[in-house]
Amino acid sequence: MPLLTYREALRAALSEEIERDENVVILGEEVAQYNGAYKVTEGLWKRFGDKRLIDTPISEAGFLGMGIGAAMLGLRPVMELMFWSFAYVAFDQIINNAGCVRYMSGGLLNVPIVIRGPANGGTNVGATHSHMPENLLANTPGLKVVTPATAYDAKGLMKTAIRDNDPVMVLENTLLYGEKWEVPEQEYLIPLGVADVKRPGADITIVAHGRAVITCLKAAELLEAEHEIYAEVIDLRSIRPLDEETILDSVRKTHRALVVEENKPFCGIASQIAATIQEKAFDELDAPVGRLSSIDAPAIYSPALEKKQLPDPQRVLTKVLQIC
Amino acid sequence: MPITIEMPKLSDTMTEGTLVKWIKKIGDTVAVGDILAEVETDKATMEMEAFDEGVLSEIYVKDGEKVQIGQKLAILLGKGEKPGAVTPSQAAPAPELATPVAKQPAKDGAPGAAETRAAKDQTATPPSIEPHAGDRVKASPLAKKLAADSGVDLGRVQGSGPGGRIVRADVEAAAQAAQVTQKIPVSRPPAPKPQPVAATLEDKRIPLTGMRKTIASRLLESKTTIPHFYLQSEIDAEPLAKLRKEINAAAEAAGIGKITVNDFILKATAVAASRVPLANAAFEGESIIQYGNVQLACAVAVEEGLVTPVIRAAQKKSLSQISGEIKDLAARARSKKLKPEEYQGGTITVSNLGGYGVEQFFAIINPPQAVIVSVGAIVQKPVVNEAGQIVPGQRFIVGVSCDHRVVDGAVGAQFLGELKKLLESPALMLI
Repeated sequence: MPLLTYREALRAALSEEIERDENVVILGEEVAQYNGAYKVTEGLWKRFGDKRLIDTPISEAGFLGMGIGAAMLGLRPVMELMFWSFAYVAFDQIINNAGCVRYMSGGLLNVPIVIRGPANGGTNVGATHSHMPENLLANTPGLKVVTPATAYDAKGLMKTAIRDNDPVMVLENTLLYGEKWEVPEQEYLIPLGVADVKRPGADITIVAHGRAVITCLKAAELLEAEHEIYAEVIDLRSIRPLDEETILDSVRKTHRALVVEENKPFCGIASQIAATIQEKAFDELDAPVGRLSSIDAPAIYSPALEKKQLPDPQRVLTKVLQIC
Repeated sequence: MPITIEMPKLSDTMTEGTLVKWIKKIGDTVAVGDILAEVETDKATMEMEAFDEGVLSEIYVKDGEKVQIGQKLAILLGKGEKPGAVTPSQAAPAPELATPVAKQPAKDGAPGAAETRAAKDQTATPPSIEPHAGDRVKASPLAKKLAADSGVDLGRVQGSGPGGRIVRADVEAAAQAAQVTQKIPVSRPPAPKPQPVAATLEDKRIPLTGMRKTIASRLLESKTTIPHFYLQSEIDAEPLAKLRKEINAAAEAAGIGKITVNDFILKATAVAASRVPLANAAFEGESIIQYGNVQLACAVAVEEGLVTPVIRAAQKKSLSQISGEIKDLAARARSKKLKPEEYQGGTITVSNLGGYGVEQFFAIINPPQAVIVSVGAIVQKPVVNEAGQIVPGQRFIVGVSCDHRVVDGAVGAQFLGELKKLLESPALMLI
């Protein structure tokens, strides 16, 4: 199976969908002539032209609003955000319009839009460029939220997101763009709302999403090698819809759970998962559900401290040892 | 310090309880969670657990005696303590004060409640008695569940988890150890001698459990004071079987629990009772009370007898909600985990003996209710179809027993008619 970078896998998904459906169009800052700020759309403008790849002004509220309107009228826009942090000026469009219009129109209007871009810290770009809004977005009924952790998942989820009739937010990660994974040549789709057991284990369930999955897989190797603890690592892939059953099935097997995220701890994804587990599998628990999130502060600009802010394999390991 | 054990309030309406039997005797060592005695309330017989450890030094109430709430039952001494530290005169006033004071908060509102609670604390617990620190057993939810299933007393298990928490491994080890010790006496006698035949012919005297007493008194009251009359109707089970098959095929695909025939009967009873509200009623001496909600009781056989857990406001609930609830209630009824409020306050009952192959019967009304529905087994039998031909069919018999003081023949017939209509066109229940 060929090895593809996360970036190339996303690009493959975009180009396949542009070819498959004439309504698919990519809009965003520098997506066309400059080949994308992070080169996800590299070569696509040359290949598909002005009608399918459209550069927009630096005006997130304006161009996201335009994309949402176009989606209501039948196009399938894929909107690139240079950073998800820049979406905050466009939350009225994303939440009030994209998120609510299907409900408020009584089902007459759909918004088949994808809004994608990187949402991660750890790259020394400062607090206002390092936001991870998956919890804010997933808090809005009407929005779907996915956070691919590998190139394989990025491609399969992106293709499904484009074909979905509701707004799907795809949160990528600049630290993963250059990483390689095996990606099959033949077409495949990954349904939204289906988690993936990335590593089976019997002693503890570690639930994660996005790049935290990679951190947890490394921690699981250490746990096995150094402590003979076999951790099962579940990649949520999709935050909303959420695959509760895969999580609960695993907890029923291991009886212990740790939720790891690069998001902030307060009202984060880990809180949601922890609440779900205690609510639905209380009698299966042999220890309190643990949470490990970023340190609760704006993304720290000091490079030395920034490294400590996000969960790393050692912190996951320490937390697991407290639970097991 | 010596601890006074008082008659606890075990149900909302309890004013006194009968101390059925002491399980512990004077001089016995008591651990937290040990059963001290069996207490019969107006509702059920319950086990009275010890909340403190010590040695039972004095017992003030004999087996079978009736005792007011708060009245002193026994004294528990700590290790090395001598009796006499708590004299009867010190402990005796407590219950007399505690009972009336405890009722006040509801009337007086918040500030009064706070005062009376403080007053109660002072009076109910003499100052010389301090709560034991660390009495709460720290155990994980899973460990608690396993302990309950395997009968391991968590009070005797040493926890190996963080902060001394008892975890699964500890309970499993304790259960295994218990099995080993139990096996020793069993293996000691050589091959057991065959019992003489005569022994099996001897009469056996089985003491009444609290539940059996309750069943005996309530059903005697029902059958001797309620003028029962009975109606029955044969129901075509084919539409029901067909719909159930369709629903369950879909449920299986969706990973949802299957719907049983009994679930349909419960749902149909709830709907029929809301359509014929006179059947969802009770005789109250001077008046008839017609209930606003259908509090649907369902008879569940348990080891000691039967209980009738209640599905609240069943007329508002969907088939799948009813199915889920009764599954949960029945399971907990069998493991004796039902709370009193979960089997009290029913307004109409369903008793289904179909599962035992019984074809028809009439259950005794569950007072103060006015109607009970008796359900028989689905049987294959020859039936006459619309074309006048004899063909194989599936039928079952539903009976209703009615209190004639509340429900007249015509009303009972109307109720049974609704039930038949719903069960023979079961899709009607889903809309």
